[in-house]
Amino acid sequence: MTSFPLLSAVLLAPICAAVILCFVSPKAAQSVRVIAASAMTVALALTLYAFFNYDMTAGGMQFTESIPWIKDLGVHYALGVDGISLPMLLLTDLIGLAAVYSSWNITNRPKEFYILLMILIAGVTGTFIATDLFIFLLCYEVVVIPIYIMVIIWGSTKRVSKEYAGMKLTIYLLMGSAFMLVGVVALYLAVGDVVGFRTFDMQALAVAGQNGLLSEEFQIFAFLLLLLGFGSLLSMFPFHSWSPDGYAGAPTAVSMIHAGVLKKIGGYGLIRLGLLVLPLGARFWAPLIAGLAIINVMYAAYIALAQKDLKYVIGYSSVSHMGYVLLGFACLNVVSVSGAVANMVAHGVMSALFFSMIGFVYEKTHLRSVTELRGLAHQMPRVATGFMLAGMASLGLPGLIGFIPEFTIFVGSFSVYPVFAILAISGIIFTALYTLRVLAKVLFGPRDSKFDRYKDARGVEMMPLVILGIALVGFGIFPQALMGMVGSGTEQLMPLLDRIAEVPGFIGGIR
Amino acid sequence: MFYDFALEHAWLIPLLPAMAFVVIGMITRSYGKLSAAIAVCMSFISFLLSSGVTYALVNYGISVEQPFVQQLNWMHIGGVNISMGVLIDPLTAMMLMVVSTVSLLVQIYSVGYMKGDKGYGRFFAFLSLFAASMLGLVLAVNFLQMYVFWELVGLCSYLLIGFYYYKVSAREAAKKAFMTTRVGDFGLLLGILLLQINFGTLDFMELREIIPAYISMAGTGMMTIIALLVFVGPIGKSGQFPLHVWLPDAMEGPTPVSALIHAATMVVAGVYLVGRAFFMFTELPCVMNVIAWVGGFTAFFAASIAFTQTAIKRILAYSTISQLGYMMLALGVGSLTASFFHLMTHAFFKALLFLCAGAVMHAMADEANIFKMGGLRKKMPITFATMTIGVLAIAGIPPFAGFFSKDEILLAAAQVSTPLYVLATLTAFMTAFYMARLLFVTFCADPADEESYEHAHEPSKFMLFPLIVLAALAVVSGLWGHLEGFGQWVRFGHPHEAGIDMTIAVSSTILSFIAFGIAWNIYVAKRWSSDTIAEKTGILYKLSYNKFYIDEIYEALIKVFVDGVAKVFYWIDIYIVDGVVNGLAHLVGGISWILSKAQNGQAQHYSGVFICGVVILVAYSLYYLAVLGGAL
Repeated sequence: MTSFPLLSAVLLAPICAAVILCFVSPKAAQSVRVIAASAMTVALALTLYAFFNYDMTAGGMQFTESIPWIKDLGVHYALGVDGISLPMLLLTDLIGLAAVYSSWNITNRPKEFYILLMILIAGVTGTFIATDLFIFLLCYEVVVIPIYIMVIIWGSTKRVSKEYAGMKLTIYLLMGSAFMLVGVVALYLAVGDVVGFRTFDMQALAVAGQNGLLSEEFQIFAFLLLLLGFGSLLSMFPFHSWSPDGYAGAPTAVSMIHAGVLKKIGGYGLIRLGLLVLPLGARFWAPLIAGLAIINVMYAAYIALAQKDLKYVIGYSSVSHMGYVLLGFACLNVVSVSGAVANMVAHGVMSALFFSMIGFVYEKTHLRSVTELRGLAHQMPRVATGFMLAGMASLGLPGLIGFIPEFTIFVGSFSVYPVFAILAISGIIFTALYTLRVLAKVLFGPRDSKFDRYKDARGVEMMPLVILGIALVGFGIFPQALMGMVGSGTEQLMPLLDRIAEVPGFIGGIR
Repeated sequence: MFYDFALEHAWLIPLLPAMAFVVIGMITRSYGKLSAAIAVCMSFISFLLSSGVTYALVNYGISVEQPFVQQLNWMHIGGVNISMGVLIDPLTAMMLMVVSTVSLLVQIYSVGYMKGDKGYGRFFAFLSLFAASMLGLVLAVNFLQMYVFWELVGLCSYLLIGFYYYKVSAREAAKKAFMTTRVGDFGLLLGILLLQINFGTLDFMELREIIPAYISMAGTGMMTIIALLVFVGPIGKSGQFPLHVWLPDAMEGPTPVSALIHAATMVVAGVYLVGRAFFMFTELPCVMNVIAWVGGFTAFFAASIAFTQTAIKRILAYSTISQLGYMMLALGVGSLTASFFHLMTHAFFKALLFLCAGAVMHAMADEANIFKMGGLRKKMPITFATMTIGVLAIAGIPPFAGFFSKDEILLAAAQVSTPLYVLATLTAFMTAFYMARLLFVTFCADPADEESYEHAHEPSKFMLFPLIVLAALAVVSGLWGHLEGFGQWVRFGHPHEAGIDMTIAVSSTILSFIAFGIAWNIYVAKRWSSDTIAEKTGILYKLSYNKFYIDEIYEALIKVFVDGVAKVFYWIDIYIVDGVVNGLAHLVGGISWILSKAQNGQAQHYSGVFICGVVILVAYSLYYLAVLGGAL
């Protein structure tokens, strides 16, 4: 079993499905769906195997694979997971499978839809398991194309047209990747110059960066490029406005994957590249990030209060939640960074569940407006349960997945930025306010007979709720299952974080 | 022995109702009777285990100084360790008994009360979840465990207030309850975080050692802030002014819920938290002062509103707020024993009053206005008898339960501050009056509506049984506590000697009887007209009737500072943040539009541009040559 290329298999499962799907008749919609679901089930099973067999005491990259690919450039096909990427991988496969089930009733070109979905999932998977920067970028670029097509063809037009939404999403993604690319190439060349050979190996880059081989000025410059790229991906203010529009225009599965995992590449990249390779750059920009994080939390939560379209509420809500992730990152201590990673997982699960439920309701009623939907708990008690679970997790109810990550971020950030932390914590009030208002209007109130003809979720339609619900409650009641894994990754950052905390001369990012 | 088993397995006490919740929620939800049976069974076992724990506690002499603790690590990351477990000392044991008893009785009552409701199974699932969360809260070993279950009881409260989710009023009340308590929880969470950061632990037993030492070393500055923040949580949860607004609205929930959650158990969680963290509060005299005055003011304020309300459950709700204020007042003047004693007796007699009110409303086709009832004494003698016991208990008439506990509080207040004592005594007088008003109008005055009066009937056995048990407890629990040395066990510091101060006892009893007399003359004998009194008091009556317009003030504030700001931010986001983005996009689009004009595929345009170019080039060359020539 040791030599079994587990991570390659996880990556290949959706790719194989995509290839097989190319040869399936477009009319055989059922086979299309089953193939996609099977591939994702295999991927999820393998990921779970990795999750439970990862040696937390040893830590570090495990299940590694490495094959030289382009020797002249120093590119390797190298995969591996540690305590930071493994939760993200698990998240990807959980949401991937749920997204497959959420798209079960698509009638317009199901074959093409699932092919693109599989490519999308493969791309996201690749970014999280790549240990070679080149593979990371490659997979990231792979993600962009299916998203654009999927939004344009299967999206929906409400406040903004789906074409606008698709374009906005794509341009932001590409702009982000452009900045990122420049940063990465600069890094690649700079490290190549100092160590004498060119490499994309993240570990080697990190060693170079942490051992002071990169000058502080360079780190500050390169980190800014990465921050622009990853920050806009993570919907950091003021680069957040793609997020609500994009989710609103996108089909359910894309919203789920985008909000659930894709935007987490931003946070993951900030840690994996920004912090590990450019620690001094991270230290320099951290106060700015913390400030923007608070704007994210408060500003987006307020705007969510003013929204009428369910997808916009959740879109702004996700911008708000990403503020917590950014704050956790910016505090640069083990506790807060662990909280940031865990919060990415938590938010991924809850937002995917939200979008799945919204998608289900929209598919039936073609309504998404808070003012038009009402009393759905009468006709759709199961969907209502899903909404309640996601909503309660979103407002940080203990016993669900969201609480411990948020608490961890608060603990980690309070001693570093007390004022910001207090502002961030006050976000729990506003989050609760918009969540409860939406839940109240959509789910409760008098029965509206115009919804009587719609059936509740059943059979396969229940799968997203079951899959994500188990994660939501399971990690909520047993937070150590998640935090232990995250901790085994972040605790390895301890020496690094201690070291940069000692770098003298920084006062709030200004020297 | 059973009690050894109970002590060692105290964690089963919350776990069993939690399992009932899971089983009912997942499987038996649609089978009402089975669900009820599961819930009641699990509650009963919980009750037995709680009794076992209490017996073991007495047997082994487990005291507040040497509690029994069991804990497991729940989460640890980077030096932050959070445990879950059970902490058993007399405070816990008392709370376990109160919660499991009332919870069991209310569930039995609900079997009858909720009959025929579509959400029968769901109701018992939620009740079980509530019992589990509340028992978990009571057993908490650290602040975070308490916070976790604190939020979960809040969730149950939300779910159960909104149980009749098709009613807009219930839906809004549920939301309001959650939001108002959340504001309090914000403070509590800040306090907890500050404790974690300053002391690196949230464990009650460890903090009890650390904090007094810390205060003697570093002064009270930081601790005062922390303690005040922690106290904001109880202000929200226990309905203290100014976060009391949710509790009267919470009466939208089914009556058993009001009895269990919004009278007997959940709302006292705040009192329990302050009692549990008393080691922190007693070290800080100014915080104690705040607690005492918040409590005292709330007690008086809520009583003044209860004067003029007409809905039976709302009167009881304001009465609950007032009594919770009493408990806070007792804590603030430093008497944990008096506060917890009152907590216990109040749980019994207030649950009793609510369940009686439920029986009355059940009999009157869900009519809530007391002035549309009347004369029920003859139709519902058992309910009348039990309700009378409840009223006598809350009014503090000896030898009913409330007399002893209220007397302890008045005594404790009198020893510390005369103004607070006067406030508390005045409140006691007012309490006796409005409770007598409730009782007399409902049961003794002439029937207001003949038809509904004719239909009124005694409730079913399931509902009568809990009434009788609670009535018995409302009679004996005070005297029992007084004689059996409640203060020997439930205390902070030295054992508390129970003593009755004759001046205080006699004066408060006389005041209560006077209040009864006034109420009788107004509402039964009709010697004095209530309308005339209302007219004469004018503005005061209006303020009281409209609850001092606090809801309206809050609504206005929210409209401006929440929804108003939200609109402004949304505008900024669309027209400024996105405006820049779209502006840039348009700029690029505009430029490319101009450029694309140049490539429209028409040869004459191309040749035109070509000729223009040639002309410009030639002109420029000539000019250049001229300049060059000039330079030469």
